[in-house]
Amino acid sequence: MSGAMPAPDVLVVGAGIVGAACAEEAAAAGLSVAVLESRFAGSGATAAAMGHIVVMDDSAAQFALTELSRRLWTERARDLPASCEDEQTGTLWVAADAEELAHVAKKAAFYRQRGVAVEELDAGGLAAAEPNLRPGLAGALRVPGDRVLYPVNAARWLLERAAARGASRREGVEVVSLGPGGVRTRDGAIGAGAVVNAAGAAAPALTPGLPIQPRKGHLVITDRYPGFCRHQLVELGYLKSAHTQSRESVAFNLQPRATGQMLLGSSREFAGFDASINRRIRGRMIRRAFEFMPGLARLSAIRTWVGFRPATPDNLPLVGRFDPVPGLFIAAGHEGLGVTTALGTARLVVDGILGRASPIDPAPYSPMRAFPEAGHG
Amino acid sequence: MAETVALSIDGRAATCESGITVAAALENAGQSVCRRSVSGESRGVLCAMGICFECRVTIDGAPHQRACMELVMDGMEVSTQAPRLTAQGSRFTAPREALECDVAVVGAGPAGVAAACRAAEAAARTVLLDEGLAGGGQIHRHLPGREAPEAARPWIERLTRSGASARYETAVFDAVREEGGFRLFAETRAGTLEVFAKRVLLATGARELFLPFPGWTLPGVMGAAGAQALWKSGASLSGRRAVVAGSGPLLLPVAASLAKAGADVVLVAEQAAPGAVLRFGASLLRSPGKLAEAARYRAAFRGTPYRFGTWVAEALGGARVEAVALTGGEERITVACDLAAVAYGLVPNTELARLLGCEMRAGAVVVKETQESSVAGLFCAGEPCGIAGVDAAIAEGEIAGLAAAGRFETTSAEGRRLRGARARLRGFASVLARTFAPRSELRALARPDTIVCRCEDARFGDLAACGGAREAKLSARAGMGACQGRVCGPALGFLFGWDSDTVRPPVKPAALGILAGVEESA
Repeated sequence: MSGAMPAPDVLVVGAGIVGAACAEEAAAAGLSVAVLESRFAGSGATAAAMGHIVVMDDSAAQFALTELSRRLWTERARDLPASCEDEQTGTLWVAADAEELAHVAKKAAFYRQRGVAVEELDAGGLAAAEPNLRPGLAGALRVPGDRVLYPVNAARWLLERAAARGASRREGVEVVSLGPGGVRTRDGAIGAGAVVNAAGAAAPALTPGLPIQPRKGHLVITDRYPGFCRHQLVELGYLKSAHTQSRESVAFNLQPRATGQMLLGSSREFAGFDASINRRIRGRMIRRAFEFMPGLARLSAIRTWVGFRPATPDNLPLVGRFDPVPGLFIAAGHEGLGVTTALGTARLVVDGILGRASPIDPAPYSPMRAFPEAGHG
Repeated sequence: MAETVALSIDGRAATCESGITVAAALENAGQSVCRRSVSGESRGVLCAMGICFECRVTIDGAPHQRACMELVMDGMEVSTQAPRLTAQGSRFTAPREALECDVAVVGAGPAGVAAACRAAEAAARTVLLDEGLAGGGQIHRHLPGREAPEAARPWIERLTRSGASARYETAVFDAVREEGGFRLFAETRAGTLEVFAKRVLLATGARELFLPFPGWTLPGVMGAAGAQALWKSGASLSGRRAVVAGSGPLLLPVAASLAKAGADVVLVAEQAAPGAVLRFGASLLRSPGKLAEAARYRAAFRGTPYRFGTWVAEALGGARVEAVALTGGEERITVACDLAAVAYGLVPNTELARLLGCEMRAGAVVVKETQESSVAGLFCAGEPCGIAGVDAAIAEGEIAGLAAAGRFETTSAEGRRLRGARARLRGFASVLARTFAPRSELRALARPDTIVCRCEDARFGDLAACGGAREAKLSARAGMGACQGRVCGPALGFLFGWDSDTVRPPVKPAALGILAGVEESA
């Protein structure tokens, strides 16, 4: 089967949201593109993801990539079909007490200095914005430009856009190795000018040494309760949970879906690729949410699932040229931000392939930072 | 005359007989619509047994309550509109009750009741759990506080004497294996019930196989057993003009029930070919009891034509069903009706078995001679082991109950009797399955815009473009709704040959406040 395929300029391995975005960007740049996917488009971490498009402030590099990406998603918003469930819900970073509220002021200054619109809410403002939060919370930072979408169909839409410019896509194809000049699949070799490893948590299996570990998370979704909550709600302590390297943590993270369903997260644990439901940590996660929104307890939960975030030790993705293998680019390791940063990632990767200047400094994301012995520390 | 209660339906006062379900009360009030679907269609009762979630209404301000699983109460406010939930001041607390036993039986139909009786009589501490309002399962469905059907009475009386503890309105939504046994988690009216059992016996019964055809989502189109269940739940079907269609011997008692309920049964249509049904009928000459039973049912609607090789191609109507178009492959006939009871046989309920890791074959739980599954200590009886009917369910329930209590002797006189009965009835079941297997023409009924997943209004055309159940779920939402794919999963299996997606807890929707307390070990 591989014999029929002419060598494309760019071969993307993995049709999750990141691979799909790379395919779209490369095709838009006039490159010939092929995408290989071991199962079907969006079936990995993309399928398990919340789909929160959010600007982050935990580091300058994370900010730059998330802010660029949110702009790119916002530009595409009017073209997204209804099946992508795109909604500009905004984010509320919820402060439980005065100490956290002081942090809201710092966070607000950070965003404002960089041109991101934010709004500080006091206790009354927060209660008005989200009446189902418990009384007594101190306030919140509202980031009105943040969005929510449905990642699987967003990935499929990006692939359709790529296909409209001639990109091909094969599903159910297992790539076994990446090398200079192409890839090997179970059915033979496929040549390519450049190869993009966008295999998410499976990326290290194809590029040994990439510091990516699966970081398991649970989500619970409810039946439809339109209007129960309007913003993506995240507790300010969320970053503590996201950044701890401890074995497990939970944080309150609630998302109103366009369907009226409430999608509740989040948990983080290192448990390999064990896809079973960890009822204990799921219980902790739900009880954490009740501390902010006790009324959730009455809502009917209809499904639980787990996903594996491709986590790196420094919480930044691995994006860019992989020097030891000529023509290989990495686009992986996005942890819980892959849906947001897919578009910025794709821009950096395609700029790298074409030798174009990027809108942001690509250096902080270089996969070579994980290989200081290669002289790129 | 029975006592009455006063309730309001969408703000209008209504009076109804006490002790019946909300679904029946709506039906009796002429309200055939329970809710609006996600794409705005009107929907009414489909399964009437808690499976399909089509009859979700708002009761006293709480949305998404299954009307078929709730009894009317004086002063109850029922609304077919989903409310906007406002701030809930009081913190929801779900009291937790924990108990331990030797044998926990899930499902109080014929298999579960027989199993619980035998286990408890053998001195095992036995708990019987069922989501329904009363015991008896679907076949012996009756309202709580009312007399059970005659056929069920000996077993129900025996259950009372056996010492088994029966808990109704107790929906098991999760189960885990633990050291020395299993832990079951159930949602009750009061909160959570946690049961640690050394051995578990699954007698979770079956649901109807629904296959999509244009118009099948119109209110008034129901399951066959669904229409019967609605009547058994207190609905008056008097004066309704009914067509009964689909496949299998179940159509007989359904048509008989509807006739007894006062409906005008105008046609019964069986999709199996006349020759196949004739051969099956001839084979019944060896089982005079079954033949007599069939004749008794048939007598109840003797004036009604019973057509073979005929199936519903389309349901027609505006706000509700007004007619069905039937075909035998060539010309279509249109029959006016306001109730179409249509189903294509039964599907085993195996969610808990699959959650616990039981080996499956052809959609049924694989069991040993003792009815033990591939999971040690986990037994299964009746329909989840493959559709075989009430007598097989009772025989298997008895075997499983005895075995779970450590008292089943394969070579004793009783052991030989039960095994013999099981073998004979399973053999009969395989003839039934062959005779009434849905024909391939039924795959061609749905149009691109025909809804297949009724929870999410996922349409045939969008699903046909997918490569499997998981892709259909993720990209087109089939199976993502409250029924968790119980209705569309088997339909997709028939239409496209897809295996169902994996089972994850909760295997039934449960309040977040209940889910929050579920832990592997207490």
